[in-house]
Amino acid sequence: MTAARIIYREIKSYHNFVKFLIVLVSMAALASMIRFIFGLGVTTNLNDTFPWGLWISFDVVTAVPLAAGAFTLGAIVHCFHIKKLEPLVRPAIVTGFLGYSLVCVGLLLDLGQPQRGWHTMVYWNPHSPMFEVSMCIMAYTTVLFLEFLSPVCEKFGYHVPLRLLRTIEMPLVVAAASISTLHQSSLGTFFLIAVDKLHPLWYNPLLPLLFWVSAMCAGISIITVEASMSHKWMGQPDEGELLETLAKILPCVLGVYLTLRLVSLFTLTEGKLWDRPGLIALFVLEIAALVIPFVMLLSAKVRTHNRGRSTAAWLVIFGVVVNRFNVSMFGMEAPGTMYYPSIIESVVTIGIIAAHILFFVLIAKYFPIFEHHPETVDYSLPDHFHKTEKGHASGGGLGNEA
Amino acid sequence: MSEAIDFTKTKAFLIDMTKCTGCRGCQVACKQWNQLDAEKTTFFTGEGYQNPPLMSEYTYTRIKFRDYQKNGENEFAFYKEMCMHCNEPACASVCPVGAFKKTKEGPVTYDADRCIGCRFCMVACPFGVPKYEWSKAFPLVRKCTGCFARVKDGKKPACATTCASAISYGPRAEMVQEASRRIAARPEKYLNKLYGAEEAGGTSVIYLTALPFDELGFKHVTKRPLPSYTWQALRLVPGIFLTVGSSLSLLSWFTHRKERIKKEEEQRASGVTPPKEES
Repeated sequence: MTAARIIYREIKSYHNFVKFLIVLVSMAALASMIRFIFGLGVTTNLNDTFPWGLWISFDVVTAVPLAAGAFTLGAIVHCFHIKKLEPLVRPAIVTGFLGYSLVCVGLLLDLGQPQRGWHTMVYWNPHSPMFEVSMCIMAYTTVLFLEFLSPVCEKFGYHVPLRLLRTIEMPLVVAAASISTLHQSSLGTFFLIAVDKLHPLWYNPLLPLLFWVSAMCAGISIITVEASMSHKWMGQPDEGELLETLAKILPCVLGVYLTLRLVSLFTLTEGKLWDRPGLIALFVLEIAALVIPFVMLLSAKVRTHNRGRSTAAWLVIFGVVVNRFNVSMFGMEAPGTMYYPSIIESVVTIGIIAAHILFFVLIAKYFPIFEHHPETVDYSLPDHFHKTEKGHASGGGLGNEA
Repeated sequence: MSEAIDFTKTKAFLIDMTKCTGCRGCQVACKQWNQLDAEKTTFFTGEGYQNPPLMSEYTYTRIKFRDYQKNGENEFAFYKEMCMHCNEPACASVCPVGAFKKTKEGPVTYDADRCIGCRFCMVACPFGVPKYEWSKAFPLVRKCTGCFARVKDGKKPACATTCASAISYGPRAEMVQEASRRIAARPEKYLNKLYGAEEAGGTSVIYLTALPFDELGFKHVTKRPLPSYTWQALRLVPGIFLTVGSSLSLLSWFTHRKERIKKEEEQRASGVTPPKEES
């Protein structure tokens, strides 16, 4: 049997939903080819007055906070040392890695000169938030890739790289959190320059801080939703107990965010707040989608209830997505102008979301993502031989791993 | 950005809109000097008599028409839209590859070979000046160059050379002075304000008008230099990076130490001596 045949058979055996995802992704690939042949003007609804559209609003400004689970959980588990949450770390890292890789794909489509993407590394401009974000995204994608290598090495039994990866695990976690802090907030800094363009409902000098805190909320919620869904649809173990712990952390962060958001709105904003009904509606939607889950998660009943917890997490995700769209799209539209994405723009973005789910499912299928329960594995190898439990030390730390 | 530039000496345009006749010689001169393609347009597709209706990748400057009534008679007022060549340009500060540069001569230049086409300059510019080559598969940004190549050689920009009456060109301080002189000499003729003297922290294009700015289509722009809005957040970046990094490292060192000690105690309690360290 040739390799192509094997692949064909393998794909044929997939669930129909996965096949559907593959179709969506291929459509997006086709659509993005059209962009490179005919240019941005024909394929998108962008113009000189509205130069950033769906590809920036969703594929970059929204996708980055949605991929924030990896750094948030990494810090919670390894730095704050809430070790029992560790089984959730790997799925979060996979999500983060996929998310950031797809952010890069989205950016390359949106750039006029994608072949010059490396210019940011050569022609530095530290005054530009875009420079900072692109450097961070490149660095962080690398970090996530290294973190993602662990399950890959486990899968293929590469022990030496595995040992190396373990040694640098903590530095990677710290690097991930610091780099993420920078670029999550700098995405907010993007819009600080849009002084008279972004509506005062969203424009205020705390925007970077707000972006960072809300990114953590989105990250935690994504982890919750993802674990519940992969339990429900992919037959993965039920992590309900761990998610309860997360559900205790989430309202704290959410509370901080909402406080900052409202305080900054009423004390630091200049200009008329309530002059455009459409924007007021979007603002109310955004705040409601964050206040409701905050109130919900305060009750222990919701936190312990799988359904209630997931609903709250979905609401938070929705709220953060609306917030990012408000900042980068609706709030930026001058009165009287209107942007809506073209079909090709939408197909590409849908394809990117589909690609995310597709790759996640495939990776979970072929690599040990969910089976990873470190409490069952001797994890103290190989750096501190004298601290290893009896019986393991003589093994020299090589290869005696589950 | 670059070394300190003396903004009293940078060259600036003084555009007296009351002296503009709407001949649009500046538009033609700009197209000729910059070798820009013509645009196929029809009248009244924009907001009024102006043609082309908007600035674009092919049109770096244009005269905007505003018709109004004065003493019962129809009158025209004009506004020459172009790059303002800010003292502290937003485009230059946000460009991730530093493709824009405020030159010491005055014009803000654009290096097309660096540009990656991210369009941040278009989002950032408070005057809506940079335009994009939407028709191309690999587009770049286009904007008024302030005729840097001419200015460098001691010549005036193409539009200022052509203009018969309205555009003066010279060191910024002199232009501001001249503008104030004109207002003082004919206070009944001019609006007692200069557009560009303080807008966006000061620009190299200064306008004198008879009508209020917003009626002519001038954008309302903050008086503070725009780069400072981002810089107040961005300057904290190295500090935040180090703070977050070091506090998390410290925190994890402590938490891990606690666990290590606990483990060692457990081992001691179970009566097994850990293997001796050699080295």
